[in-house]
Amino acid sequence: MQIKNEMKVKFLSKSSNESFARVVVAAFVSQLDPTIEELADIKTAVSEAVTNSIIHGYENCNGYVSVECKIIDDFVEIIVQDEGKGIEDIELARQPLYTTHPELERSGMGFTVMETFMDKIEVESNLNKGTKVKMIKKINGSRQ
Amino acid sequence: MQISFQITNRTLIAKIEGELDHHTSIEIREKIDREINRNQIKNLIFDFENLNFMDSSGIGVIIGRYKYIQKLNGKVSIANLNLHVQRIITVSGLHKIVPIFDNVQDALKEM
Repeated sequence: MQIKNEMKVKFLSKSSNESFARVVVAAFVSQLDPTIEELADIKTAVSEAVTNSIIHGYENCNGYVSVECKIIDDFVEIIVQDEGKGIEDIELARQPLYTTHPELERSGMGFTVMETFMDKIEVESNLNKGTKVKMIKKINGSRQ
Repeated sequence: MQISFQITNRTLIAKIEGELDHHTSIEIREKIDREINRNQIKNLIFDFENLNFMDSSGIGVIIGRYKYIQKLNGKVSIANLNLHVQRIITVSGLHKIVPIFDNVQDALKEM
């Protein structure tokens, strides 16, 4: 397994950057010639992870979110990281419909969506230090 | 993101174009709620014909309006889903509580 290409972007935790993060990752992944569906899956998963960092990691205060993307053979590996407050109980946070912010009308489906749309996700978190979400997806692409 | 409204017999049709994420959900929620209150709305149809992207923030918006409209004894439905938006709605299980229609006309018939 050799890294073919790699990129990293870092941006302020502003909600307007959610679409920026999706577009940047989609543009980078395009070199693997993904299908429209694969690209939509990746954009959705990135959106969920970045939104989590902004809402939960920084609780709408300013901080930096970084998105790292690697292309390794036919796989794309995406790491979304923040230096926010961290997740107390990762297992609980990953449960469908679990949310710490029902008053904000959060659906609690973020991790479920990431798990469904990507092949594998790993979550590491330390209280008051931040959260790192690593997601991997194989791109079968439109080349048949 | 653009949102436009049409009202037929106390049914509000909210047409959302572009992207529905956490960022745009704030404005969408406010505008829909304002229309509901101003016009004595009973039912709500989300028209997603030109919605290109939605993440779980959109699920939150729909469930939130569903709860609100339920209190008014009304109905909520969704029309014109593309494949991507349909997928996220299925994953969330939302289709079990909010009916999905091929187009707005069909949705209106069930109101």
